[in-house]
Amino acid sequence: MGLMKRFIGFIKKEFYHIFRDKRSLFILFGMPIAQIMLFGFAVTNEINNVDIAILDHSKDVTTKEIINKISASKYFSVSNYIRNEAEIETAFKKGKIKAVLVFEKDFSKKIGKENIATIQVIADATDPNTANTISNYTSAILQKYQQEINTTIKIPYQIIPKTRMVYNPELKSVFMFVPGVMTIILMLVSAMMTSISITREKELGTMEILLVSPLKPSQVIVGKVVPYIFLSIINAVIIVLLSIFVFKMPIQGSLILLGIESILFIITSLSLGILISTISASQQTAMMISLMALMLPTILLSGFIFPITSMPVVLQVISNIIPAKWFIIILKGIMLKGVGLSFVWKETLILVIMTLFFIGLSIKKYKIRLE
Amino acid sequence: MKEEAVIQVENLTKKFGDFTAVNAISFEVKKGEIFGFLGANGAGKTTAMKMLIGIYKPTSGNAQVASFNVYKNPNEIKKNIGYMSQKFALYDDLTVKENITFFGGIYGLSRSQIKEKTAQLIEELNLQETVNQLVGTLPLGWKQKISFSVALLHNPKIVFLDEPTSGVDPITRRQFWEMIYETANNGTTIFVTTHYMDEAEYCDRVSIMVNGNIEALDTPKKLKKQFNVVTMNDVFLKLARSPSLTLPFGKGVKND
Amino acid sequence: MLPIIFVLPIIQLIILSNAATFEVKNIKFSYIDNDKTSFSRELIEKFDASSYFSVQTDFPSTKLASSAMLNGEVDVILEIPQHFERNLLKNRITDLAVTINAIDGAAAGVENVYINQIIQRFNKNAQTELITPFDLINIPKNIVSIPSFWFNKTLNYKTFMVPGILVILVTMITLFLSGMNIVREKEIGTLEQINVTPIKKHQFIIGKLFPFWIIGMGLLTIGLIIAKVLFNVPIVGSVGLMYLYTGIYILVILGIGLFISNFTDTQQQAMFISWFFAVIFILMSGLFTPIESMPQWAQHLTEFNPIRYFVEVMRMVMLKGSDFNDILPQFLKTLFYAFIMNGLAVWSYRKIA
Repeated sequence: MGLMKRFIGFIKKEFYHIFRDKRSLFILFGMPIAQIMLFGFAVTNEINNVDIAILDHSKDVTTKEIINKISASKYFSVSNYIRNEAEIETAFKKGKIKAVLVFEKDFSKKIGKENIATIQVIADATDPNTANTISNYTSAILQKYQQEINTTIKIPYQIIPKTRMVYNPELKSVFMFVPGVMTIILMLVSAMMTSISITREKELGTMEILLVSPLKPSQVIVGKVVPYIFLSIINAVIIVLLSIFVFKMPIQGSLILLGIESILFIITSLSLGILISTISASQQTAMMISLMALMLPTILLSGFIFPITSMPVVLQVISNIIPAKWFIIILKGIMLKGVGLSFVWKETLILVIMTLFFIGLSIKKYKIRLE
Repeated sequence: MKEEAVIQVENLTKKFGDFTAVNAISFEVKKGEIFGFLGANGAGKTTAMKMLIGIYKPTSGNAQVASFNVYKNPNEIKKNIGYMSQKFALYDDLTVKENITFFGGIYGLSRSQIKEKTAQLIEELNLQETVNQLVGTLPLGWKQKISFSVALLHNPKIVFLDEPTSGVDPITRRQFWEMIYETANNGTTIFVTTHYMDEAEYCDRVSIMVNGNIEALDTPKKLKKQFNVVTMNDVFLKLARSPSLTLPFGKGVKND
Repeated sequence: MLPIIFVLPIIQLIILSNAATFEVKNIKFSYIDNDKTSFSRELIEKFDASSYFSVQTDFPSTKLASSAMLNGEVDVILEIPQHFERNLLKNRITDLAVTINAIDGAAAGVENVYINQIIQRFNKNAQTELITPFDLINIPKNIVSIPSFWFNKTLNYKTFMVPGILVILVTMITLFLSGMNIVREKEIGTLEQINVTPIKKHQFIIGKLFPFWIIGMGLLTIGLIIAKVLFNVPIVGSVGLMYLYTGIYILVILGIGLFISNFTDTQQQAMFISWFFAVIFILMSGLFTPIESMPQWAQHLTEFNPIRYFVEVMRMVMLKGSDFNDILPQFLKTLFYAFIMNGLAVWSYRKIA
C-alpha cells in the first residue's frame, strides 16, 4: 500500500496536534519574534547614556569644557552634580549613578602652569564591564580634548591608527544577536518540541499502538519530526526576513547555503530531540532535560551572548560539544562575512558528525528497549 | 469448526537480565476463540502479550501468530492483528473521525475503505452526534468502544485486548462484552487480559499466569471443577496464594 | 524531581558564573609587518606583552590575513606599512592600518580602545627616546585620568554575575514549580477531588504554595553560601534584608505561576508560557546587559519587571551594603506587585474552580 499516503496521513495528524494547541502555537511563533524585537530594539551590550555625577572642585573654564564634551558623548549623561566626597558613596548606594568624575582644585591654573592636571574617575565596579568601559571611554574623550588644546604645538612622533570595523561597521549589537536568536529558536522548536511530542505519545499509550501497527519504528519517528522541520524552517525564514527588513542587516553570503546549513542544524537538533525522548519516560522529564541541559548551555556556552575566548579553559573545551557553537560560527560567516562553504566546511562537518552520532545513539537506545 | 490454531506458543521465554519475566510458556489459541489471559500484576502476562504483538523480542522459545513466526515475520503479524491498550489510546485532541481516518491510514486502508468504515461505525455505535467532537470530550465508555472499533478497522485475524474494561462502569462493561462476542462470532479471535474475574467467566478458555508460568489453562467450567470452587475468583485466589503448584493444595503453604 | 530542584541550579550557578562574562580578553590578534625594522618589532612586542591580546602567527600578505579573519582565526589585524620607521623618524608621522572584526560591536569598541591605548603608550615612549632639545620647549598639556573602581577593585566579573544568576535560579525554579503544579492536578483530575472537600480555596492555595516558598528560600541560602565560599563574593550588606526582600519577591513569582497555571490546560503549555515570560523578563532585567543602555520606552517597560528589582536589590545589598532606605523604592514596588499578582491568581482560581 502507498507508503507515501500513510506518511501524509501521519503528518496531517501531527499538524492537527500542533494547531489545536493554540497556546503552544503562540509561543512557538511568538518567541522568535519577541526575542528578535527585544534584541533588535531594546537589549544591547553596548554602553549608552550611563548616568554619571560630577564633583567639580574647580568650576572653571576648562572643567566646564570637559564636562560639556563628556555630556555631548552618547555614552554618558551627566545627571547629577554633587558637592563633596561623602556624597559619592550615598549616590552609588542608591544605584542610579554609575560613575563620578572628580576634578581637582585649580584645574585650569594647573594646566596652564604645570601643564598637567588630574581627573579622578570613580566607577561603581559592581558591574565591572560598565565600570571598565566608562573608564576607557572617559580617557578616550580626555585624550581627544587634550589634542585639541595642544594644536598649537606640533606633537612629535605620531602613529595614527586607521581603524576599519569590518562586517559590522556601525557596531550594531543586533548583528551579533541575530545568529544567536536563530540558533536558540531552531533548537527550541526542533529538540524540545519533538522530544515532548514523542514522550507525550509514550505517556498517553498511543506510542504502543503505533508500534503494534505495520508502521516501522523509524517511520513513526520520521513522521513525527517532519512537521517540526517545516515549523523550524518557517521560523528561520521569519527571523531572516525580520533582520533584513527591520534591522537592515545585509545577508552577505549565499541564501541557498544559508538554507542548507539551517536545515542541517534543524536535523541535528531533531536528532537530539529524539535522543532525549528515548531516555525520558515522561513529558516533564523531557522538558526539564531540554530546558536545563540543552537550552541553558546553548545560550551560555555557544558564544551567543558571551565571548567564548573570555571563558575559563575548561568551559572553552566544553563549548566544543555544543552544536549551537558551530552553527553560530557558520551563521556569522555566511550572514555577516559573506563566506562560502570553503570557509565553513569544518564546522559543517562537525555538525554532520554530531547528527550521525545522535541518530546512532538513539537507534541503539531504542533497540535496547525493544530487546 | 474452531479447530485451526491461530496462536501457537512453545516454551516462550523472556528474560530481563537475571530476571525471568516469562518462563517457557506453551499454549494454543483456536480461531474464533475468546481466550482469557489472566494473572496478577507482575505475573508476566503483559510481557507475554507484548512478545506476541511484536513489541518485545523473545529470549528463547517459539511462537506463531496468525501463522507467522514472531522472529521471522513480525511485520506480517502486525498487519494481521489488532491491539487495544488499557489506556484506550486514541488522540484526545483529534475528533472521532480524524482518529478513525488516521488509524485506518496507518493500516493502509484506502480512502474509500476508510469512508465506508467510518459510515459503518457511525451507524453501529450511534456516533452521528459525536463524530466531529474531540475525543478528549467524550466519556470513558465511548472512548473504549471507539478504541475497540478502531482496533478492528483493518479486519484483523486476532485482536489483542489489554485490560480493556479497566475503569469502566458495569453497564458499559456488559455492552462491551457484547461487542466482543459479536466480533468472535464473525470469526475474529480475541486474546484478552483482564483483572475482573467475572469477565473470565465470559471467555471460552482462560489461562492463569503466576510468576512467569502458566499454572492453569482450560475452560472456566473445568477449572472451577478442578479446583472445586464456585467462581473463577476463587480459582484465581487459590492459584495466586499457592507458592508452588507442584505441591497439593493446602500443604504447600510453607513460607510466609 | 529533587535533584532537578536543587542540584541542577547549583551546578548552573557554578558554571554560569564562570561563563557569563563580557570581559574582552584573549583577543585573537595578528599582524602583517611590511617594514620589519626595530620600530615595527617593538610595536608588535607591546601587543604581545598586553594581557588582552593573544598574538597568533603573522601573515605575509593582506590577502592571507583577511582569509584568516573570514575563517574566524583572528579578530584583529594590524598592518604595519612599508617605511614605517623611516616615515616616523623623518616626517614624525605615520599611518597604521587596523582591522577589527566588529560582529560583536561592543567587544569591537573595547578592542579599539585597547589598541589605541597601546599605540598611545608607544608614541609616548618613542617621544621620550627620540626627543630632541628643540622639542623640550614645547611641553604638551596633559590631562591625566585616574580610574578607581569601588566595591570591586579587581573588576572581578564573578562578583557581578553571582548575585544575578542566583536571582535567575530562585525565580526560574519557583516559577516553573508553581506554574506546573496546579495544572498538573488539573490534568490528573485531583483538583476536582480537592474542590469537593470542605477546605477553603485560600487555604488550599497557601498549602500548595508554601512548600515552594520554602524551596525558594532554601535555594537562596545555598546560593549565598556558594557565593561566599566558592566565589569569595563579598557580602557587605545585611543578610536579613536580603531574606526579607526575597521572601516578598518569591510571593510575586508564586502569584504569577499560579496565574499561569489557572489559564492553561496542560503542563506543557504552562511550561512554555512560564518559559516565554521568564526569558523576556530576564533579558529585560539588567542581569546581563545594562538597562540604562536601552531606549527610553524599553526602560519604562522594565519598571513592570519584578526580576529587575530583585537583581538590583541583590547587587545593591550584597555588594554595596545598601540599607533598607536605599532599596525602599524597589521594596515597595515588589510588595505592591505581590498583592496584585496574588489577588489576580486567587481571583482567576475561583473562576476555574
